[in-house]
Amino acid sequence: QRSHLLELLKRTTVHGESNSALIIGPRGSGKSALLNHVLKKLREMNQVRGNLLEVHLNGKNPFLSGLLQTNDKVALKEITRQLQLENVVGDKVFGSFAENLAFLLEALRRGNRTSSCPILFVLDEFDLFVHHKNQTLLYNLFDISQSAQTPVTVIGLTCRQDILELLEKRVKSRFSHRQIYLMNSFDFKEYIKIFKKQLSLPAEFPDEAFAQKWNNNVQHLSEDKSVQDVLQSLFQHSKELRSLHLLLMLAVSAVSVQHPLLTAADLQEARRQHSSDSRANIVHGLSVLEICLIIAMKHLNEVYDGEPFNFQMVYNEFQKFIQRKAHSMYNFEKPVVMKAFEHLLQLELVQPLERPSARAQREFLLMKLLLDSSQIMEALQVYPNCPTDVKQWAASSLSWL
Amino acid sequence: MPNLEHPAYPAADLLHLESLVPCRESQVSTLLSIFGERQQFSFPSIFIYGHTSSGKTYVMQTLLTTLQLPHVFVNCVEYFTSRLLLEEILIQLQSCSGTEQTSVHCDTLNDFVRLFKQALASQELQDQTLYIVLDRAEQLREMEANILPAFLRLQELTDRNVTVVLLSEIVWELFRPSSGCFEPFTMYFPDYSIGHLQKILSQNHPPEYSADFYSAYINILLGVFYMVCRDLKELRHLAALNFAKYCEPVVRGEANERDTRKLWKNIEPHLKKAMQTVYLREISSSQWERLQHDGGEPGQLKGLSAHTHVELPYYSKFLLIAAYLASYNPVRTDKRFFLKHHGKIRKTNFMKKHEKTSNHLLGPKPFPLDRLLAILYSIVDNRVAPTANIFSQITSLVTLQLLSMVGQNDQLDGPRYKCTVSLDFIRAIAR
Repeated sequence: QRSHLLELLKRTTVHGESNSALIIGPRGSGKSALLNHVLKKLREMNQVRGNLLEVHLNGKNPFLSGLLQTNDKVALKEITRQLQLENVVGDKVFGSFAENLAFLLEALRRGNRTSSCPILFVLDEFDLFVHHKNQTLLYNLFDISQSAQTPVTVIGLTCRQDILELLEKRVKSRFSHRQIYLMNSFDFKEYIKIFKKQLSLPAEFPDEAFAQKWNNNVQHLSEDKSVQDVLQSLFQHSKELRSLHLLLMLAVSAVSVQHPLLTAADLQEARRQHSSDSRANIVHGLSVLEICLIIAMKHLNEVYDGEPFNFQMVYNEFQKFIQRKAHSMYNFEKPVVMKAFEHLLQLELVQPLERPSARAQREFLLMKLLLDSSQIMEALQVYPNCPTDVKQWAASSLSWL
Repeated sequence: MPNLEHPAYPAADLLHLESLVPCRESQVSTLLSIFGERQQFSFPSIFIYGHTSSGKTYVMQTLLTTLQLPHVFVNCVEYFTSRLLLEEILIQLQSCSGTEQTSVHCDTLNDFVRLFKQALASQELQDQTLYIVLDRAEQLREMEANILPAFLRLQELTDRNVTVVLLSEIVWELFRPSSGCFEPFTMYFPDYSIGHLQKILSQNHPPEYSADFYSAYINILLGVFYMVCRDLKELRHLAALNFAKYCEPVVRGEANERDTRKLWKNIEPHLKKAMQTVYLREISSSQWERLQHDGGEPGQLKGLSAHTHVELPYYSKFLLIAAYLASYNPVRTDKRFFLKHHGKIRKTNFMKKHEKTSNHLLGPKPFPLDRLLAILYSIVDNRVAPTANIFSQITSLVTLQLLSMVGQNDQLDGPRYKCTVSLDFIRAIAR
């Protein structure tokens, strides 16, 4: 794929051809990295140096991006700025977008003596540009790339596989349908090799002895069984290199002067921190009353097969529990229970089905619980100081009905 | 307890930091190891979540100010639109880098990135990592859709040494935009255990009494309130309010500091009363303190909810009761309850299936005006003439929001209403 892209860009700059292409791949599969690498190589080639004008719309030197340029007008202003044509445009008022763009390119052409300068447009987060009104920017860019006045290459990067369906018909017909797909298609052995390569210090590191020791340690770690287990679990979860990077960064940050070499325990600790269940952590911090409310909601979900409930029903369940089984829980008043319930709402563990209107009473608003019952049971196991009758109530089904 | 050590920062600063953040040493040491030295790059974005008042904002602020790292601190509730937020970040950045304050105008993220790079070009900020801390980050979801992904990638977009820290109570899974984004490093601030709470609360004891006395008081307070609420701020508020009452027997000379049983008997009903009133914010804390001074009867407390019991005229009370009955009883039982000669109600199969959910749980049902009047006539003893007076009382009940009108204005069958008060209210009225 690298050579394909390189070839494409070379043809634009050297031979004056216009082209367009789309690079599609899921998040973290290295699209920006590929593009940057190719561009670096391109700049190094002698023929190109000083000749190529780049407009990066959310590239590595970003000024524009699908994220940043939410509007075609903003995009156009940015293009003007990047092509350094601001003083030329000045106060001119343009009728349409196409005229504006044509003027810019005309100005570029006159600026250079012999032939016009090839321009490379890089559009990152391409799918966000598609959502602009009428897709004018895309239409014009592709139009110019087809009409062969100035050599222009448009490269788009996106993570959506169905990007072609989102393009309008006229835009799609002007696009050359050249697509480069990037997939993370390596297996576990290559994953370990990547792990080793990322961690090893490069040859230019100033302290040679330490670099040697470090690299030996890395080799040793990659053969360690526990480290392989950690990597295997991460690999099965997501093949993205970004999560590997995050994990390694976390582990490496534990390295200090007293602790100069990375150990397997560091990696395991990093993995444990990385993959802790966040909802279970939140449940860990709730008060006992709130836990009882959650258990009441769980029972309601089981009885009524997941139909939404309201506060009155939950309070009823809670009362039933208090009257029959609880010895350690004090019978709290309804407003106190309501305050606990509202705290759960604030933490977004419970979500209302529709927005609360001024008319409806708060107690009768229908809600649903965003926790799974297995999550609740697991969280209860680690909950500190849980009264035993609360635990037993959670475990029992309807045996006391 | 692990000491905070880091080669890049002076030990005196770290010791001072440690004294300011009790029970949070492990989180601070993790943060320090992630931040690294001043000029080292860190994670592009960090997401910290934890319960209310688990110290996220406090720890971040003390850490950044004690170690004097360049930072910008913005609360997303205060600056709730993207424009306000971006302009505030740029203004704080100006004061951080020591340039004079000029007004900035920044509408879009595009301009923000450009101005940000300009501002960062000043001398002092050249090498150090700049931290942008966004508090209450869940509000970012409500702003424009591109703000959150752009902040997560800010290091990549601006190509500078900057880290964005997001603080929130809500878990990361609810933040993730639908088409994916750059995942931040998530960190959890665990809630304080009961031992921790005790330790932190005992730190602010007033100087007149001994530390043991105060910790015994905190023990009692936690025993009553811990089951309901673990929020540090609320507990601190309650502790401050009730301490005077706790010390009363000692002040009056009836008991000395060690007489725990007497002190407990004195304070216990008081705390239970506090749970219903101050905890629920029914009365303000100044009212509570005044009550303690006067030593008045707790029954005289007029909380906020007491004010909703308005005095209604005679017929309005009956109207309201009739409305409650109409809302919560199904239509077929009307005949049974309200007529002198009722027949038997035959239970059909349909009714047997649907008996399970009680109407009390589902909320009030709407009823037409005629049904209301019919029930009214049957419960009021003497004859009631359908004068305009009655109808105007119905309308005033709607204005008071004790009844609510359902449906459009021009219904063919006449207006339909719904009763919006609870059973306790009705009982209070019916007395």
